[in-house]
Amino acid sequence: MNHDEIAAKPLWLVVNGQVHERLVEPRMLLSDFLRTTLGLTGTHVGCEHGACGSCTVLVEGDSVRSCLMLAIQANGLDVKTVESLGTVDALSPLQEAFREHHGLQCGFCTPGMLMTCVDVLDKQPLETEAQIRDALSGNLCRCTGYQGIVDAVRSCVATRNAMRAAAAPDAGPT
Amino acid sequence: MKPAPFDYACPDSVDEAVALLAEHLGNAKVIAGGQSLMPMINFRVVKPALLVDIGRLLELDFLRATADGGVCIGALTRHRVLETSPLIAERFPVVSEAMRHVAHVAIRNRGTIGGSLSHADPAAELPMLALLLDADITTHSPRGERTIAAADFFVGALTNALADDELVVRVDLPGLRPGTGWAFEEFARRAGDYAIAAVAMLLHVGDGVIDDARIAMMGVGDAPLRRHAAESILMGQRLDDDAVMKAAIAAACDDLRPNQDLQASPEYRRHLAAMLCERVFADAWQRANPETP
Repeated sequence: MNHDEIAAKPLWLVVNGQVHERLVEPRMLLSDFLRTTLGLTGTHVGCEHGACGSCTVLVEGDSVRSCLMLAIQANGLDVKTVESLGTVDALSPLQEAFREHHGLQCGFCTPGMLMTCVDVLDKQPLETEAQIRDALSGNLCRCTGYQGIVDAVRSCVATRNAMRAAAAPDAGPT
Repeated sequence: MKPAPFDYACPDSVDEAVALLAEHLGNAKVIAGGQSLMPMINFRVVKPALLVDIGRLLELDFLRATADGGVCIGALTRHRVLETSPLIAERFPVVSEAMRHVAHVAIRNRGTIGGSLSHADPAAELPMLALLLDADITTHSPRGERTIAAADFFVGALTNALADDELVVRVDLPGLRPGTGWAFEEFARRAGDYAIAAVAMLLHVGDGVIDDARIAMMGVGDAPLRRHAAESILMGQRLDDDAVMKAAIAAACDDLRPNQDLQASPEYRRHLAAMLCERVFADAWQRANPETP
């Protein structure tokens, strides 16, 4: 098929709180749209078949592989990338925990790790190290620096639980 | 890699979706969550002229209780919804347990029930569960609706009974008798990897002996398997009897002819199947006899 025959489609979506309207080729992956069209290169592209987790972003609050989603499939949806967290000068608490616990070495897997952590810290108990490792099992770190990442998540779980207890003192531990 | 060019349609109704499939017969692919299709598209193993995105057909996104104690699951239901549903946990705990083994949370957030059944991967959990639970799979095409028993749906590796212009719209899981024991065990090299082998069982005990047994396996053939010979052996027996246990495992595993691949030899898969059977049979028996110490 001649690729000039295929009309670009209108895409409207919200990325990190900002509305974007673009024409996109149907075959454009969400990961490539974020990086090349919007210039949000914090989302990393590793394997491009869903195995490594580097490209993980949040769509409507759920972690997804942006290499396994077409940009056009995000039409009308809310997307959050690693750029929605902190900045170099003002890290988010999660990013600060990664720094504190040496949760990154080369940093390639880090954006995907962070966005997965945002999802699972919000929705899963993560009471044990085994649960944390299971929750992160879809994100590969080829530096194999997993222990530091797990330590960072444990510290975030402790902070989260303390904050939830403070917000609802009668509810007991969550 | 990047996908080859394709056109894209996002229909507003099931009728419109299957009309598009009929119009582009054999050249269109349905996409929903895309968690199996997109890797193949990225590798250009699959090069459809048209992708029909059913992701906006909210009429297919439901999970409801049925009067017979079962559930009816819309094709667009995500794996993660089944995994976390209190209704599924109450009526089909074997499904809740198995869902935790499906890839990783980001995949389960997107991957759909209809997509997994349509893809018919011989190492996927949902096709095996459909077979175990005697599910009825309902499809829609320009010729109308039809319902296909799971036993007739899965034909072989990545092959099923769907026509090119046919769409899975829902799956019905008939209710289980109260007190039905269940178990599921899977072996994969790492959490979330494709299973090398998995076994699931449902077991009902009346007057101290088994009066209903269902055994399903995956990863050990071209399609998920029911093990009817082993099921027959168990009728009227007890699984706390070592001789019965051994005979049932032999009937379930001895005639398996798994494929050789990079992950495992046929002998190893057969060995794994037998080990998993032993655990699953014991756990299901335990759950079917809650008073037994």
